[in-house]
Amino acid sequence: MTHIINCLVENQPGVLARIVGLISGRGYNIETLNVGPTADPTVSKMTIVVPGDAHIIEQVTHQLSKQINVIEVVNMTNRRHLNREIILVRVATTNYASRAEIVDLASLFMARVVAVQEDSVTIQMVGNQETVSDFLRLLTPFEIIDISRSGVIAVDREVIEHNGAK
Amino acid sequence: MKNKAATDKAAESAQPLKTGAQCVIDGLVAAGCDVLFGYPGGAVLDIFNCLYDAPFQFVLVRHEQGAVHMADGYARATGKPGCCLVTSGPGATNTVTGLATAYMDGIPLVCICGQVALNMIGNDAFQEADVMGITRPVTKHNFLVRDADELPGIIAQAFYIATTGKPGPVVIDLPKSVQKQKTAALPPEHVSMRAYHPDVVANPADIAKFAEMINHAARPLLYVGGGAINGDASEALAALAHKANIPVCTTLMALGVFSEDDPLALRMVGMHGSVAANYAVDHCDLLISAGARFDDRVTGKITAFASRAAIVHIDIDRSSIGKSVRTDLGVQGYVKPVLEAVLPLVKQAEHAEWIEQVDRWKTRFPFVYPGQDGVIMPQSVIEQIYAVSKGKAVITTDVGQHQMWATQYFRYTRPRNFISSGGLGTMGFGLPACIGAQFGRRDELVVCITGDGGVQMNFQELVVAVEHKLPIVVVIINNGFLGMVRQWQELFYSRRYSGVMLSQHNRAPNENIDDAPAYLPDFVKMAEAHGACACRVTKPEEVAPALAKAFESRKTWVIECIVSPEANVFPMIPPGAHVAEMINRTV
Repeated sequence: MTHIINCLVENQPGVLARIVGLISGRGYNIETLNVGPTADPTVSKMTIVVPGDAHIIEQVTHQLSKQINVIEVVNMTNRRHLNREIILVRVATTNYASRAEIVDLASLFMARVVAVQEDSVTIQMVGNQETVSDFLRLLTPFEIIDISRSGVIAVDREVIEHNGAK
Repeated sequence: MKNKAATDKAAESAQPLKTGAQCVIDGLVAAGCDVLFGYPGGAVLDIFNCLYDAPFQFVLVRHEQGAVHMADGYARATGKPGCCLVTSGPGATNTVTGLATAYMDGIPLVCICGQVALNMIGNDAFQEADVMGITRPVTKHNFLVRDADELPGIIAQAFYIATTGKPGPVVIDLPKSVQKQKTAALPPEHVSMRAYHPDVVANPADIAKFAEMINHAARPLLYVGGGAINGDASEALAALAHKANIPVCTTLMALGVFSEDDPLALRMVGMHGSVAANYAVDHCDLLISAGARFDDRVTGKITAFASRAAIVHIDIDRSSIGKSVRTDLGVQGYVKPVLEAVLPLVKQAEHAEWIEQVDRWKTRFPFVYPGQDGVIMPQSVIEQIYAVSKGKAVITTDVGQHQMWATQYFRYTRPRNFISSGGLGTMGFGLPACIGAQFGRRDELVVCITGDGGVQMNFQELVVAVEHKLPIVVVIINNGFLGMVRQWQELFYSRRYSGVMLSQHNRAPNENIDDAPAYLPDFVKMAEAHGACACRVTKPEEVAPALAKAFESRKTWVIECIVSPEANVFPMIPPGAHVAEMINRTV
């Protein structure tokens, strides 16, 4: 199963390379990785989606926590949380029927058509991990020309105890 | 920002500003550095200019790898952080093996590397390398300094990171332009870091549970690793072992942390450890791991390791707990305070039956080796180093057969007296580490036990010992082979010796190299060319007198011992195997 790990890091050059190098160097995979600033300009948040069993995820979490620039590591999958991903997907339309079908499917997922060309439509879709993968599965009968995914981001829905410890 | 303001203010009031290079010297002095190992080059000329007036000793090595191993040997022998200084590009890349060695074994050192000027970084400048990228996986942390105002703080942080938590090497990548930049920044009075809080205090509930597990155990065993040496836990360990009568085995990294003369000592555990230690692991019902990390050379087949035991794992490094084996209780904390905290809660115990059992194994399976008439057995050389030095020598080793014999046939009674590359298994470590250890402990006898393979990997550093009149004694156990690889080829590859013959004194006559000397290389001539005293011994009765002469001379010595070519290290648990599959040929 995949786990969503949120990692607060000091916003310094080289920290991203350190985190990515650590995970790949120990033989773990990264499914998606998203990095962005937080309300505190000296802190960045990384959301890392890692596939693996509980033992692997525990190791990843401890190894990340050990890094000198890592402030906090939280395995979101073990907590009540919200996760979202945005995707942009361009699908080929060979005739009016398939265009209508695609638009219809998009509307079922509350996705928006953001561009229309003679030969294709581009859909923007936002959803949690499950919904995004459902949508992509239902798109498989059509010809996907291009797809861009933001990677998952997540926020906690539990009360976080800030005791300063990692 | 604060520092920037300080610089501006100092500039206004015309206070003398310091260069980044001077900040390096001052930072090293503040950290208590008394010897710096290094090698100059274009990108560190400013620091070398300041070194000219530095109040500590600078030691010019002959290869940057030697500098890191010397700093490492110094750190292992003294407990203080080692310091080294090298130039950019090849200077820095040459440190990588040394850094990885120190990282695997948790050894505190700070390595300062010159770097090309800030505006040249990324330009493929002369002697430029991405040192941050290259050293990141082999250091505990690394810094690229972009502004001299940050430098005093970074140096203080580097020593703080290197020496706290699980210790490790820290690299400071220091561009030439920053060395020249002037600053009024001062080092912080206290180092505190936002995201690094190494001093973990163990949870009292864990301590209570730990005590209860000891009190209920019938066959407890202490399995002690390098963390106990790093954490100065010898006394706390002895107190616990003696109070509850718990036998103690150690890893390679922890030899001497518990006196091997103690009746409770089972000596080293693992692939080439004692039979008693390995049997005890297999039979115990409580395994207390103190600062050890269940390396595969200790555990063998991981699923069968200590299969009858509950496992308690004490480690300052949280990521180490539960990494390799199932753990029934993980206690995060330094070994010493954890053992001290549990001691009053532990009841005195006899464990008579268990101790009796363990003693039977000890008596029945001592380390023994077959003899050969007129031929020096490698194991006997180690025994004689022990005898002639009265067990007082500080030993450093390279990696391979001689390293294992050095664990088996010398008895270690004090911590920091056995210095060896455990985790990484770095050949070429022994000689420079010996030099570093002697710099740290000037009045003691420091002996490098090495092989004809390992010693050739950093032989050039011998001249450093001669230059500084260090009375180190290098004992080369010369069997003409890369012995440990040959042993594996003998046991597991049908004796197909591939790429392991070093000298030619073992070769069949038709394989001899024409006109080359019998001993290739001639270590005696090599040593003498480096200015050291040297001799070659080929007969058993010559070994002890040669050692005695060298030990008494207080000069740099190389003693080459031509030993039985195909002696093996036993006992041996084959890699990935269970203790029941141990090979122990003693005749």
